[in-house]
Amino acid sequence: MELIKPDTQIDFVGKMRIAFTVSLIAIAVSIASLVVHGGPNWGIDFAGGTVVQVKFTGGVDIDKIRSTLEGIHLEGITIQQFGTKTDYEYLIRTAESTEDLKGLSGRVEDALQAAFGKGAFEVRRVEVVGAKVGKDLTQKGILAVVFSWIAMLAYIAWRFEFRFAVGGILALVHDTIITIGVFSLLNKEFSLVIVAALLTIIGYSINDTIVIYDRIRENRKKNVRQDLGQLINASINQTLSRTILTVLTVVIVLAAILLFGGAVMFDFAFAILVGIVVGTYSSIFIASPFVLAWERVSPSKRKRK
Amino acid sequence: MFQSIRFRTLITAAIVLASLYFLLPSVLPEIPASMKNVFLKNRIHLGLDLQGGMHLVLEVDTEKALEGNVERLAVGIREGLMEKRVRFRSVERKPGNTIVVELPGKEARADLEKILSDQFPDLEVKSAEVADGREVVTLKYREKRMADIRKTTLDQSLETIRNRVDQFGVTEPEIIPQGDDRILIQLPGIKDPKRAVDLIGKTALLEFKLVDEEHSLEDAMRGNVPAGSVLMKGSRERGEGGGARREPMYLLKERTLLTGQSLENAQVKISDRFGEPYVAIKFNPQGARDFDRITGENVNRRLAIILDDVVYSAPVIKERISGGDAQVTGAFTMEEARDLAIVLRAGSLPAPVKILEQRTVGPSLGQDSIDKGILSTIIGMLLVVAFMVVYYRLSGFVATLALVLNIVILLGVMALFDATLTLPGIAGIVLTIGMAVDANVLIFERTREELRLGKTARAAVEAGYARAFLTILDSNVTTLIAALFLFQFGTGPVKGFAVTLSIGIIASMFTAIFVTRIIFDYATWNRHVKKLSI
Repeated sequence: MELIKPDTQIDFVGKMRIAFTVSLIAIAVSIASLVVHGGPNWGIDFAGGTVVQVKFTGGVDIDKIRSTLEGIHLEGITIQQFGTKTDYEYLIRTAESTEDLKGLSGRVEDALQAAFGKGAFEVRRVEVVGAKVGKDLTQKGILAVVFSWIAMLAYIAWRFEFRFAVGGILALVHDTIITIGVFSLLNKEFSLVIVAALLTIIGYSINDTIVIYDRIRENRKKNVRQDLGQLINASINQTLSRTILTVLTVVIVLAAILLFGGAVMFDFAFAILVGIVVGTYSSIFIASPFVLAWERVSPSKRKRK
Repeated sequence: MFQSIRFRTLITAAIVLASLYFLLPSVLPEIPASMKNVFLKNRIHLGLDLQGGMHLVLEVDTEKALEGNVERLAVGIREGLMEKRVRFRSVERKPGNTIVVELPGKEARADLEKILSDQFPDLEVKSAEVADGREVVTLKYREKRMADIRKTTLDQSLETIRNRVDQFGVTEPEIIPQGDDRILIQLPGIKDPKRAVDLIGKTALLEFKLVDEEHSLEDAMRGNVPAGSVLMKGSRERGEGGGARREPMYLLKERTLLTGQSLENAQVKISDRFGEPYVAIKFNPQGARDFDRITGENVNRRLAIILDDVVYSAPVIKERISGGDAQVTGAFTMEEARDLAIVLRAGSLPAPVKILEQRTVGPSLGQDSIDKGILSTIIGMLLVVAFMVVYYRLSGFVATLALVLNIVILLGVMALFDATLTLPGIAGIVLTIGMAVDANVLIFERTREELRLGKTARAAVEAGYARAFLTILDSNVTTLIAALFLFQFGTGPVKGFAVTLSIGIIASMFTAIFVTRIIFDYATWNRHVKKLSI
């Protein structure tokens, strides 16, 4: 079976302008969304706060939960259904996190018990993150992402050439920003596992880029004289089949997690899905064409001779 | 040597068998006793998010411990000055862990310096100035000594918490220091997180002080606390039927006569008369002597028993108590009494602790996650296999074999390293499946290209593997770099993801390149297959 015909000749490089424009718009929209929302929708891992996940044995009125918990006066409390409707499961969040030993979760539990009776629900998960830890994690998360970019830059510069590395890293920054932007647009919570997802995307999306770069390097050895634009086009086309196939297999397994992995893993898989689709696009339309754009601005020495 | 198909098959078989051997203790519910010695103890551990439990990060208030130390030194200097009959106006602890000594004139300065160098080598003079003919000397801990105290405070806290957790009875607890003042605690399978937090976080400073009966309590409560005395809350008395609870107050002498450090043992006993639990404490020999003296000197006065600044009881001393036995009573439930006995036995924390982070997962949620994780792994894998077989036909089966071996090796290596499997870790395995086929896709696509150029099956396979190898290596190295940063950054669950991803990638290099090659070589060399099913 073949998805991509072996003699496919799509002019990717020729669509460079359109691609760059589309990407710039996507990045602008992402940043605009972040500005409008006042940054990502930080989860408690970063902002600090308390999350209590409660599962009721039968159907309950979410408004009754809300009014019960309004009684204990918690700052910025939100109650949200978790999983499917018949799970009777709810996430109770508040921006508060106490450092004393009694804790908020105890108060939430007591209030619910008074209203619904003992045994009507089960506290399945409690997470309390103090503001100090949140700050540490934010800093560590940003550093991890930025340093991974730099490490990739160094590795590709070593294995290929510096301009290739710059193209690859620009594509990565592009993928990261757009993934964060999509989360912001959908107002999805930005938690610790999303940073893990970002790093996975970074590690994964660079793969596509490297496969194409590798082919460019190989083709150039065969024919040094060839025009760089043609060379890049040929290389992308030759690896296109592999690129599409690999994305498909990863999308297949992500779909399995999205459908059967449960609510906890949903956002994680969703972030990777977005990042990988964007990453595949950027490997083809951003990373390699960028090398050509660089070449046009400042031709490499080899060419000038 | 690597040319030999037989040799390569042997290596593969050895690695797969070894992985199965490492993996068995983790999968089998129970190993028969006779086989116990055959297998390693190493196995895959389930993260707290899968088996349920509590993750706790505490901050030890080392500054508090430092303050306490400075306070003691200030008292020591005051006593030293009095003993040497040096005149002084005041000795006070000031913020910033300094002690300010005010002397009436220059003459006393030399005496102070002598006392400092003889008795308080840990202090240094930070500044000294003359104001209104008075000499004001500011003393400070030496930097090194401060660092020592901070470190000792953390170490002691760690030790105390470890003792408490051990006595509480948790299997495989993990208690490790983090940074300068933090303690990370992992308690798998905890059923009552509230109780565990209380037990771990309680300072449990037990003190004995005399009740101040010379001054009026009412007067003190109006704000007139006499010098040398303190006002303290009593423990809440259990109100019957939810009636208003009374919180009695006590006026106590400030001086602490005895602390929990003099304890040897603490046990829960049931009182004969009311059937109420109480904690019987036994002093160590020195503590028993002190207690004997204190009770002897204060017959008919009231001695308050204080835990963490709350007075539990203040019985009248009827007679001298020798032998070193005492009791802490209060309206305890059995559980509270048992926990109190544990913290008293384990000793008090040298400084108060704060909760920075607490994550608790109930066992039912953990089981749910395991079920869903396994389900999505199996479905993901079946889908990928179906896709590969449809797309690459027989070669797709070869890739499938590589995939299965990949997972066996991944789990085997995890077991060998005593690694922890978390929910994101399961996602890591699923992703590894998706990524591991990438190597085979690269090879197969390349081989197809070579076939199209008109090469023989054998030559195409050869070229396909050779050309794809560097690409696979480069792309996997970058993924490993990302996983490394992930590991650095992550806490528990995320770390688990980084671990499975890294091992999975390395295992996939072996299975997707080395193992599949054996089969293709066998087909093209030995069976002389002319047309590849690819």
